Amino acid sequence: MIMPGLPPPKNWPKKQVLLPDHHTQPKIKMQIKKSSTEYDVVIIGSGAGGGMSGYVLANAGIKVLMLEAGPFFDPAKDSQQLKWPYQSLRRGGNATRSLGDFDAAYGGWQIEGEPYTQKDGSDFQWFRAKMLGGRTNHWGRISLRMGPKDFKCKTAYGVGDDWPITYDEIKPYYDKIDRLLGVYGSVEGLENDPDGIFLPPPKPRLNELFVKKAATGLGIKVIPGRGSILTAPLPGNKDRQQCFYCGQCGRSCKIYGDFSSSSCLVIPAIKTGNLTVLTNAIVREILTGADGLAKGVSYISKDDMQEYQVNAKTVILAASTCESARILLNSKSDRHPNGLANSSNVVGKYLHDSTQGAGVAIMPQLLNRKRFNEDGVGSLHLYAPWWLDNKKLDFARGYHLEIFGGMMMPGYGGYFGFEGAPVPFLNGFLPGADGKMKDAGGFGADLKNDYRRFYGTMAGFGCHGASTAREDNYCEIDPAVVDKYGIPVLRFRYKWNQDDVNQAKHMQETAKDILHAMGGIPLIQPQGPETNYGLDKPGKGIHEVGTVRMGDDAKRAPLNKWGQAYDCKNLFVTDGSVFTQQSEKNPTWTILALSMRTAEYLIDQRKKQNV
Amino acid sequence: MNRRESLKAIGLGTLSASALLSACKPGTENKDAGAEPTVDATGREQFEVDREKKLLKETFFDAHEMATIAILADLIIPKDAHSGSASDAKVPEFIEFIVKDEPQHQLPMRGGLRWLDVQCLNRYNNDFKSCTPQQQNEMLHEIAFPFKAKPAMQQGVAFFNKMRDLTAIGFFTTKMGIDDLGYKGNTPNKWEGVPADVLKQYGLEGV
Repeated sequence: MIMPGLPPPKNWPKKQVLLPDHHTQPKIKMQIKKSSTEYDVVIIGSGAGGGMSGYVLANAGIKVLMLEAGPFFDPAKDSQQLKWPYQSLRRGGNATRSLGDFDAAYGGWQIEGEPYTQKDGSDFQWFRAKMLGGRTNHWGRISLRMGPKDFKCKTAYGVGDDWPITYDEIKPYYDKIDRLLGVYGSVEGLENDPDGIFLPPPKPRLNELFVKKAATGLGIKVIPGRGSILTAPLPGNKDRQQCFYCGQCGRSCKIYGDFSSSSCLVIPAIKTGNLTVLTNAIVREILTGADGLAKGVSYISKDDMQEYQVNAKTVILAASTCESARILLNSKSDRHPNGLANSSNVVGKYLHDSTQGAGVAIMPQLLNRKRFNEDGVGSLHLYAPWWLDNKKLDFARGYHLEIFGGMMMPGYGGYFGFEGAPVPFLNGFLPGADGKMKDAGGFGADLKNDYRRFYGTMAGFGCHGASTAREDNYCEIDPAVVDKYGIPVLRFRYKWNQDDVNQAKHMQETAKDILHAMGGIPLIQPQGPETNYGLDKPGKGIHEVGTVRMGDDAKRAPLNKWGQAYDCKNLFVTDGSVFTQQSEKNPTWTILALSMRTAEYLIDQRKKQNV
Repeated sequence: MNRRESLKAIGLGTLSASALLSACKPGTENKDAGAEPTVDATGREQFEVDREKKLLKETFFDAHEMATIAILADLIIPKDAHSGSASDAKVPEFIEFIVKDEPQHQLPMRGGLRWLDVQCLNRYNNDFKSCTPQQQNEMLHEIAFPFKAKPAMQQGVAFFNKMRDLTAIGFFTTKMGIDDLGYKGNTPNKWEGVPADVLKQYGLEGV
């Protein structure tokens, strides 16, 4: 870096690259275009949180403007569903899309021109999807309610903080979204894994039954998965059709057979005539008046690269857990010198993501298995809710098992990105078609036959656990870096603690036991403390929450129990950032329920003229 | 508002659900194995479309390298009673594309091919492509079995591992390769669980 006032370095080119000459440049005066319209509500973001708020408000007759950073996306038109691998030049590979060429997400772990940075040797991974519906277009549709103990973490487990609400307070909203959006599952009566209003669950695949049998034998209760996929018609809804079992929810669904915010919330809300969506609108900051209240939003349009401002009586922030924190921290003013809604100084703090581990094996007994269509649904067929008592363990919170396996569609990143790749090694550890052992590797007709023999023999499970929110895991504004729009970027500080590592060690032991009981050949080598027993990097769970938490104490939390900012009563937050404390349950269903609750509260407060 | 009206309302025209379903099917676009698809911009970001067009115009491997890749690919996946060979499925064309798409393969592939040619020149006084089938077979036996290969052959093992992976990916992701594996899905259906005879075969009826 060259500091002003210092002599140029020795290697400075004699003929300097000339900076643009202002006298010869066409005169484009940059200006901020201000809209004279005042909306009732402006919503930042169109994912689960923003989509649900928009849906509820638009259906209540409130005039809403929704700003989305990416383009319009309608699964009916834009999904890659039912494409074959050979219809992709890269056969489904991930050179341009982090999760494969057919995955619905526009974005990924890195986005050109929109960096994020790290602090103290952290390596937090931030997955962003910039498109209508956000990450709900590609998510796994695993739709679990948090349980009574999950909302009272401190009381029940002695770590973290209690939420300012109880399960009983949110239960009516879980019920409403079950009916509105549809979720399959089975009624089990488990204390901390509450049942919902379920559609019939799909049957398991063959490989998954092997996992169930082995886990059950070890005392682990395995039950049908719970997913927002229409395994039966959704009563009262004519816009969405029943699932046809291609197993490709990650590509988004052309017949709206699964839940995406785009297909099931935003597009229906547009039809009310009350919701206007502005796409390619990147929010710079939330604007506040001299009274400290929110008065609108400043954004840049990707379409024309011009700066705009819109006005609204109320602002709802739902840009995603980390992006929402970024927008608040960048919204500085005389009244809010520390960033908006941040007098508590905790915006960005308490960032926490799921812990992740896995067990994967090849099952020799399935070699040369019979072929049939085993696609099933693109979510869970079977899972095992957390099954142990933590009082007897060296970590505070639990994890669940998400079981998978079957005859997957071949693809680079599918069968051959994973299951097929080890065939030239595994073929040295199992007898060949002639019953004889041979050297691993090879080529020719024999190897070709090995690929066939091993196809569809993989089974396993992901382990997804709860991490405790901590003040010293956070994102903050990097003081030195801006993105290509000139907006200061986030810098992450995130370390797993001993509790998380102990949990990962337990996951690895569970995996070993189940895979052994299945008679499988493990594909993941056991790892030691130097690699946290295989614990994945923070962020990789894509379940990050907690940066703009709810709490009873305005000194310790930005939001009250309605998702309303203590410092700014006409600002609400409705995405995953509001979580006081995650559980091992995937967060989307809770984001939706909380967003609906906040939107209904806002309607009530508007009637009472409090906002 | 029904679905047809709703789609109209958001400017997508009058598409019925059945039309959507049939639009999902590859139909006449179900080209032969490995046929080069045109760059379809539907549901893609502009940078993706631009990138693919650019890569399709570029050439990485020269004619000698491509000819060697074709021979190697067919030695790895030959024609048999079930299906054709790797080059029948246009695997070399896939490898040419994927090394441009994922540039981390370029140096190992180019250098590995050269390593192989030099080995063959020293052994047989010919590059790999010009060796007899017996010599080629003999050479591959030196590098195709990672756990028994000699230490001096380890660079060849690393190259062959990559070549074998790319060949298998390229082959089993074509229509020919998918049919060979016997994958039956990717089509609308009603999933009703594992067939009874299969459950019985594995003793999983009650699970």
